[in-house]
Amino acid sequence: MMWLAELPPFVPFYVAALLAGVTRGRIRVLILLAAPLLGGLQLLGIEPGIEVHSRFLGYQLIPFRVDRLSLLFGYLFHIGAFLAIVFSLHVRDTLQHVAGLCYAGSALGAVFAGDLITLFVFWELLALSSVFLIWARRSERALVAGFRYLMMHILSGVLLLTGVLLHLQQGGSLQFTYIGLDGLSGWLIFIAFGIKCAFPLLHNWLTDAYPEATPTATVFLSAMTTKVAVYTLARGFPGTELLIYIGVVMTCFPIFYAVIENDLRRVLGYSMINQIGFMVCGIGIGTQLALNGAVAHAFNEVIFKGLLLMSMGAVLHVTGRINGTDLGGLYKTMPKTATLCIIGAASISAFPLFSGFVSKAMIMTAVLKEGHDWAWLLLLFASAGVFHHAGIKIPYFAFFAHDRGLKATEPPANMLLAMLLAALLCVMIGSYPRLLYDLLPFPVNYQAYDFTHVIAQLQLLFFAALAFVWLNLRGLYPPELSAVNLDSDWTYRRLLPLTVQRLIAIGQPLDATLRRWGTACGKALINTLSRHHAPQGLLARNWPTGSMVLWVALLLGAYLLAYLFEVSDQ
Amino acid sequence: MDKFNVRRVLYSLYVCCAILPIIDFLYHRHSLHPWESWPGFYAVYGFVGCVLLVLIAKLLRRLVKRPENYYGKGNGR
Repeated sequence: MMWLAELPPFVPFYVAALLAGVTRGRIRVLILLAAPLLGGLQLLGIEPGIEVHSRFLGYQLIPFRVDRLSLLFGYLFHIGAFLAIVFSLHVRDTLQHVAGLCYAGSALGAVFAGDLITLFVFWELLALSSVFLIWARRSERALVAGFRYLMMHILSGVLLLTGVLLHLQQGGSLQFTYIGLDGLSGWLIFIAFGIKCAFPLLHNWLTDAYPEATPTATVFLSAMTTKVAVYTLARGFPGTELLIYIGVVMTCFPIFYAVIENDLRRVLGYSMINQIGFMVCGIGIGTQLALNGAVAHAFNEVIFKGLLLMSMGAVLHVTGRINGTDLGGLYKTMPKTATLCIIGAASISAFPLFSGFVSKAMIMTAVLKEGHDWAWLLLLFASAGVFHHAGIKIPYFAFFAHDRGLKATEPPANMLLAMLLAALLCVMIGSYPRLLYDLLPFPVNYQAYDFTHVIAQLQLLFFAALAFVWLNLRGLYPPELSAVNLDSDWTYRRLLPLTVQRLIAIGQPLDATLRRWGTACGKALINTLSRHHAPQGLLARNWPTGSMVLWVALLLGAYLLAYLFEVSDQ
Repeated sequence: MDKFNVRRVLYSLYVCCAILPIIDFLYHRHSLHPWESWPGFYAVYGFVGCVLLVLIAKLLRRLVKRPENYYGKGNGR
């Protein structure tokens, strides 16, 4: 069994993707389920400390390296992939199944990559396999959103490769350890990670493309890409102070958008950036408590955000609608989905006994301990805001609010099962945080369930709920509207095309003048040439042979004379 | 939801909101930040924060809201 321990975890997924491509029906279902289950079992037997080396083009590569940090993300991606696969079992679409398995495999490849070249390869595979999950919606909107998504991720890959090569040229090692922001190479790699991590202004690919994917594919997407980025930041840039500020901005600005957004899956997209902000902040603090909190929160977020996206995917699957303006009153026909959605909402809002509580608290405590008071205040504001837009708004507008009289039933059994499993994990981790704490990279001596903390969190959440009720009763709450909200994608969807058009408009008269001038010059040249060389021109005239002979005779005579004079001179 | 259930949910929320700040006076809070030890700090912060969030979001909507086919047909949201 020794070779099995050195089998990189992406292999079972890639093999399963190949097999899923050529099978169908029950056999494919078995293959789909076997990949995360067998892969997960194998991973449980792997101990930290394994490093597999290989040489390629004279470079020492480490395609498979296991430590506690990568192992945690390895477990997480197996759980995330398993939930997403169960959720999508009813789908009869080879493209989605194959792309989903390749995508999960690439994410695993990236977190177990011990060197930067291997990381780059899986970084690109992650981008390529994920875009098919968006295109699988097979609508024009999904197609163009997929292209925009791919553009951003290819840019991230190019920056990463440039950074790595520069790093190598400056005598750096290929091993993927702490990188830091010294020099250009560090910055390039930082921005490459930042694009995938949805840093402010680089974030729009997420809220643009995720809601355009199929109901099942979005669950896959939410689990991997951004979490791989969180992992790479935690390994390459822990304790980078800039990350604290980036993280705080990430927690605060998306919640305003989430309040006014109509597409409920896009609301969850904004809320995802907000949650990643907490992790980025924790990585920026960089203490053991903060890093533990950041990766624990990543772990929990995959499960509760997956659960929320699954419940909204189920609503979209059953009703064909996802906009707040079209939904409401579904609790009567979809009570199970509604209940499971509320469990996800409680978890993301960090209610005591639910998973978000036990991980977010570690980050908040670490921020305060390191004396970042302002960051703490803003994170607290964002925590209350999460409850507002993700905890209340999502279940409220989908399942309660105005009854639109939509015909609906509970979703297929596999969808319900996946949501149930995710909900159980949320409650289990929330109630027995040791389950998660024992997996974290550093030893944990943190007590989440402290009376002061529980009461404080309950006060924050209940009064946030009270604010929602008060605003609603006073009619101050912004109604759901069908509209587009401008975000940073405006720069490349509007500003860039407009600028190009404007430049063309300015260039056209200039271009016309230049052309006119060029034509006039050409004409003048042709006229001159034709005056001299055309059949009637001076230089093209026929000369009689006799006159030629005369001229030659004259020339020779002149030459003879000159010669004679020269001779007589001597 | 029928009116009765809505009222039940709202009243339980009001009761919780009435009790929670009172608890602050009944035990010794250990806090990392001086503001945390103010009774009712979290309650006030949660309420004011959320009201501000929504009011600012309404202003933001005025700034960023565009018609649904703003980015062209089939290309909008």
